[in-house]
Amino acid sequence: MGKHIKTINTTQPLAANDGRGCGECQASCQSACKTSCTVGNQVCLKSLRNK
Amino acid sequence: MRDKALFLGDCALLHLFEFNGARIALDVNSGTVHLLDEVAWELLSDYGRLSEEDLIGKYGTKYGTGQIMEALAEIRELKEKGLLFAPDPGYEGYDAPGGAVKALCLNLAHSCNLRCRYCFAGGGRFGGNDELMPAETGRKAVDFLIARSGGRRRLEIDFFGGEPLLNFQALKEVVGYGLTRGREEGKEFSFTVTTNAVLLDRDVICYLKENGISVVLSLDGRREIHDAMRPFPGGRGSYDAVLSGIRSYMDSRCASPPQPGASYSYIRGTYTRRNLEFCADVLHLAGLGFKDISLEPVIAPAEADYSIREGDLPLLFAQYERLALELLRRRKEGEPLNFFHFNIDLDGGPCLPKRLSGCGAGHEYMAVAPNGDLYPCHQFVGREGYLMGNIRDGFVDENIVALFRRAHVYNKEGCPGCWAKFYCSGGCHANAEMYNGSILKPQGWGCELIKKRLECAIYLKAAEHQGKSV
Repeated sequence: MGKHIKTINTTQPLAANDGRGCGECQASCQSACKTSCTVGNQVCLKSLRNK
Repeated sequence: MRDKALFLGDCALLHLFEFNGARIALDVNSGTVHLLDEVAWELLSDYGRLSEEDLIGKYGTKYGTGQIMEALAEIRELKEKGLLFAPDPGYEGYDAPGGAVKALCLNLAHSCNLRCRYCFAGGGRFGGNDELMPAETGRKAVDFLIARSGGRRRLEIDFFGGEPLLNFQALKEVVGYGLTRGREEGKEFSFTVTTNAVLLDRDVICYLKENGISVVLSLDGRREIHDAMRPFPGGRGSYDAVLSGIRSYMDSRCASPPQPGASYSYIRGTYTRRNLEFCADVLHLAGLGFKDISLEPVIAPAEADYSIREGDLPLLFAQYERLALELLRRRKEGEPLNFFHFNIDLDGGPCLPKRLSGCGAGHEYMAVAPNGDLYPCHQFVGREGYLMGNIRDGFVDENIVALFRRAHVYNKEGCPGCWAKFYCSGGCHANAEMYNGSILKPQGWGCELIKKRLECAIYLKAAEHQGKSV
């Protein structure tokens, strides 16, 4: 952890994609939001199982 | 709040913003979030535009050369690790994988027992007559989904309308058929129903709970706000009836579903130009005891008196900021509130292919009208030029599928250079088409609201981190 810069992620979300892209996740608009697409708040089921 | 962006050519590399005293940097292409002190904030604001020598010259007197050298060393180290100024992942020319459908929205009823003023379905009828989906059409939709799902195991069906509970018998038949066919074919179905809650009696509630069906319950917030936009056909407000239905749902004790915990319930509302101070409505819903809340801006023709205008943005930004601070306060006091659009997973979240294509409308996700007509999503139902086929014969217009597969962040106007592109995935195709006539041209003020929500979501994560490190 730096003195001037503190990184808050423990992993790089956009680099940790090996073996993902399986498509088993929830379709974004089938969730609580029916009129505005937001993907950053969706859950990857594969990484969830591996946690 | 101040914000800045650093670019390489037309591509955003770093987004800097301040919120409630926290200085935050989002490294766009790695997804890494950093908390900065004042020195690092100033240096990163000029990094790339000035050489290190010039940065020392500009800030050395103010902060001391030693501090500048230290911060520059940290920046260099993070760059080498790929955590600052990471290059673009290089998905230009990408097309979403084709051939597999994983979710369907079944419009069980083009009919509704409410007359919501902002309804994009035009009173539930989508421009046509009252119509209920025959159960047989629903079963064909299940067969279609299984046949088109390829190797996907988890499949989703959302019951929508109009008001889907007006066709509860068909809903039950589709669920039963889906579960049976799923077992036969090795597919796992999950079901959601989006309802206005008026028809939620004990039989319906226990059927939904016992079968693990998730629910999205429509309530807009304060009584006067909800009643003004969501009346019954005679004009009487529906707040009391809706709240009674939702309370029955929350309070009913029914038998456990086959997989406890697999389903969820959300209170989902819409805000319009009539309640730009929508934070009060979120807090009203929280005050009623609801913990999982989604409140979204109305999607309406620009000429509607209740539609959001670009000039409303400053007020809306302030509302999101106020809400974020309120959520932070409640979290500290041990009474957390879950606001859907402030959820973000900075240590994982969706994979890059998902982030590029978003909802998957038109290729992974489609909507079925009561007569079996197929559309790219529930919002496109009845829109001219977007009829994709019909469930009866299984024909799908592959030209429309291809159009939507290509509609990802590297092909949408303005998206490649935007810092938020890996979180909003280019936004809603239907909104873009409604406002700009093209699914490739995102709707402007909608983008700005998404960016504000993301900043709030990232800030809440940063505040959580600060709390842990104290």
